[in-house]
Amino acid sequence: MTKSFPVVAPERLAGDRYAGVSLRAWRWLAALVLIALAAALPFALSKYQVFELTMVMIYAIAVLGLNILTGYNGQISLGHGAFFAAGAYTTAILMHRYGVPYWATVPPAALISFVLGVLFGLPALRFEGPYLALVTLAMALAMPQLLKYFDTWTGGVQGINLVKPMPPPGLGIDRDRWLYLLVLVVLLLAMRVAANMLHGRTGRALVAIRDHPIAAAAMGINTARYKTLAFGTSTLFTGVAGALAAIVIGYVSPESYSLFLSISFLVGSAVGGIATIGGAIVGGLFIQFVPNLANDISDAAPWALYGLAMLLFMYAMPRGVVGTLGPWFARSMRQIQPHRAACAGSEEECNGRML
Amino acid sequence: MHQLLQQIFSGLAAGAIYASLALALVMIYRATDLVNFAQGEMAMFSTYMAWTLVNAGLPFWGAFIVTLLLSFLGGMAIERVVIRPVENAPVLAAVVVTIGLLLIFNSLAGWIYTYTVQDFPSPFPDRPLLGALITTRDLGVIGMTLVMLILLFAFFRFTATGLAMRAAAQNPASARLCGIRVGRMLAIGWGLAAAIGATAGIMVAPVLFLDPNMMGGVLLYAFAGALLGGITSPVGAVVGGLIVGVTENLVGTYLIASQLKLTVALALIILVLVLRPNGLFGTAIVRRM
Amino acid sequence: MAPILELRAVRAFYGQSEVLHGIDVAVEEGGMAVLLGANGAGKTTTLRAICGIVRSEGEILFAGKRLQGRSTEEIAGLGVAHVPEGRGTFIGLTVEENLRLGAYTRAGRPDANMQRMYGYFPILAARRRQQAGALSGGEQQMLAIARALMMEPRLLVLDEPSFGLAPRIVEDIFTIVERIRREEHVSVLLVEQNASLALELADHAYLIETGYVVASGTAKALADDPQIRRAYLGY
Repeated sequence: MTKSFPVVAPERLAGDRYAGVSLRAWRWLAALVLIALAAALPFALSKYQVFELTMVMIYAIAVLGLNILTGYNGQISLGHGAFFAAGAYTTAILMHRYGVPYWATVPPAALISFVLGVLFGLPALRFEGPYLALVTLAMALAMPQLLKYFDTWTGGVQGINLVKPMPPPGLGIDRDRWLYLLVLVVLLLAMRVAANMLHGRTGRALVAIRDHPIAAAAMGINTARYKTLAFGTSTLFTGVAGALAAIVIGYVSPESYSLFLSISFLVGSAVGGIATIGGAIVGGLFIQFVPNLANDISDAAPWALYGLAMLLFMYAMPRGVVGTLGPWFARSMRQIQPHRAACAGSEEECNGRML
Repeated sequence: MHQLLQQIFSGLAAGAIYASLALALVMIYRATDLVNFAQGEMAMFSTYMAWTLVNAGLPFWGAFIVTLLLSFLGGMAIERVVIRPVENAPVLAAVVVTIGLLLIFNSLAGWIYTYTVQDFPSPFPDRPLLGALITTRDLGVIGMTLVMLILLFAFFRFTATGLAMRAAAQNPASARLCGIRVGRMLAIGWGLAAAIGATAGIMVAPVLFLDPNMMGGVLLYAFAGALLGGITSPVGAVVGGLIVGVTENLVGTYLIASQLKLTVALALIILVLVLRPNGLFGTAIVRRM
Repeated sequence: MAPILELRAVRAFYGQSEVLHGIDVAVEEGGMAVLLGANGAGKTTTLRAICGIVRSEGEILFAGKRLQGRSTEEIAGLGVAHVPEGRGTFIGLTVEENLRLGAYTRAGRPDANMQRMYGYFPILAARRRQQAGALSGGEQQMLAIARALMMEPRLLVLDEPSFGLAPRIVEDIFTIVERIRREEHVSVLLVEQNASLALELADHAYLIETGYVVASGTAKALADDPQIRRAYLGY
């Protein structure tokens, strides 16, 4: 029985043209329109809805981190909640104890999450499959316990209350919308960084290591270094998400970072598509809204519905929403206008021919 | 010294339960290359079935047998209906499905049976033996686990179906060429694992008391024990489970307060795995280039 | 004598790609037919189509029964024993366990059949308790054939039995196969790259090239044809 991870090939249809404009330009335009819509959206919604969408984006950043690890490196982690917590508590402690302004806590949170990821990535390298699952599971379980134990720093079971940040004066928007825009910027940045990393040399190396580790090593790829790097980068993303969550929610406590959070990230990653970047947003939507939806439908057994939703998504789209719809979409685009590379003639010849 | 021995023995008793559930995990892993994260909740659900039967008036061992049969059939049905669709899907999809199954069983049990903690009878009287070193109940639990291990071993070694299951797990394509219905073998594997899990649940319930969240911790330790022993080895599962039970007990008693007990116990297990990444009795996971 | 196996206008597919474009093959009852051709010609695909491992269209008749739509295990149960390329032995199990698995579809105790197999392949008797993975290539090939015979098949399908084996071993194996064919009354469909040896033993031969049967006839006729000899047999 072969089980393989999906590969999403970044096909460059750059040579194709629609209505005289290159596909690349169309893509940029679509992206800009989407971003503009996303930026304008909070002003049309209520404060609570804005908060919910902000959380969606935060979860998307966390899931993006997991995608880097699982999708491209083939390592399943049940422990990313721990790194989310690490970022959150870094922010909380810096703000609460040392009065660091909220925006300045994010880089240290990122750094600490990265370092922790590298530290745990090194021994984790030895493990495969279910063994790695256990190690990461242990991280997820250990974190809340450690947070409760070192209560002089973390405030123990009671957690830490944070002052919610004020938006910069003169902009004329309120706190919720300011935080939304801030998180949106970080999300876009994260997606850009992930895309650059994964569609380039690093990404190819990671995929090579995932699919043919021995061959990859034979080609001179330093497997250990890339795997550790993947782990660290993935935890960095998730840690940043945790820091943002602390800022937005204004409260951290060990209970919020239980095993269930780690599992939610994994489920969100699978539902969106583990080897995709856009899938992280779908994952964020799933994590934020499906449990509430399940609760609305059934008071008595909401988690049964949540579990059922997980099953149905996996049956219908085992490679995730973006993982399944993405290639389908790319195929239909190709049927409208065939891939340029298949034609070896000049531009005029190829444009005239149906391949 | 007496206390140390006492702790070791009660650790062995707890470990025997972890070992039973670990056996179920190993069965499914060998048959389908999957860790069934729902194994604990399935066991819990089976235990509730047994509880219902006992409350309806059945004698204990009668309820036990009926529960085993129902669990076997239930396990087979779950494999065919719930797991089959993702058998050839990416691993993560199957993992998510088992996690979903976990949530479904847990939630359903809470809904049907409520979260009230219930008593559950044990067939073994709780009398101290060997100068209060161990109780008859503990001995009974350890004995049941060993009996299961021996039966399982005999099944795989000496029966045609057992051999066919091993073949189907190792090389499904060749097994088909021999006329073996591989799908049916997988279903039987899940059925057996469910029955083993049911036994584990029934042994746990008298000690931890019956409630929907009874098996959560047990699954975790069983998972650790199975990996410690080597996820492909039934003997390893039992040895691993026993070691985990003893370690957990000793760590809790001598090393650290109950809050960090779990962390420390897991850390020790992982330390062992760092030295032997495939567990004590496991074989390396063969990677096809 | 009606053929025990007949393929009529069979097309086979890997996913969307058609790799066999309407081939006709027949194996006489009690006879031996060989499929020859270069790598990638479609020989193995033909065998896989017979055993239901790949999707196919057309007619595949075994002893009068249609094989299409049946699962691989069902086809094995009907009496088609397939020894796949690469042997397909259960390397984690012992020699004896491998043989027992061959008899899975047969009711009753397999001991008599096992003794007969040890008669054909004495080396297996000597190694009966060893792990199959520890056997040499030639021994594994013998084990694979023996396992197939444990099924008491009516048709034995062999995919490149000589692959990766030293010439001396190959001769031994082919001698045994010929003996088995006579003593067990089993029909044989053989896929081989080692054309000269195969043509000596077979009754009928088919030449397959990129999914088409380009030549067929008695083995002797194909062996004598100078064009075929030059193109495919190298002399």
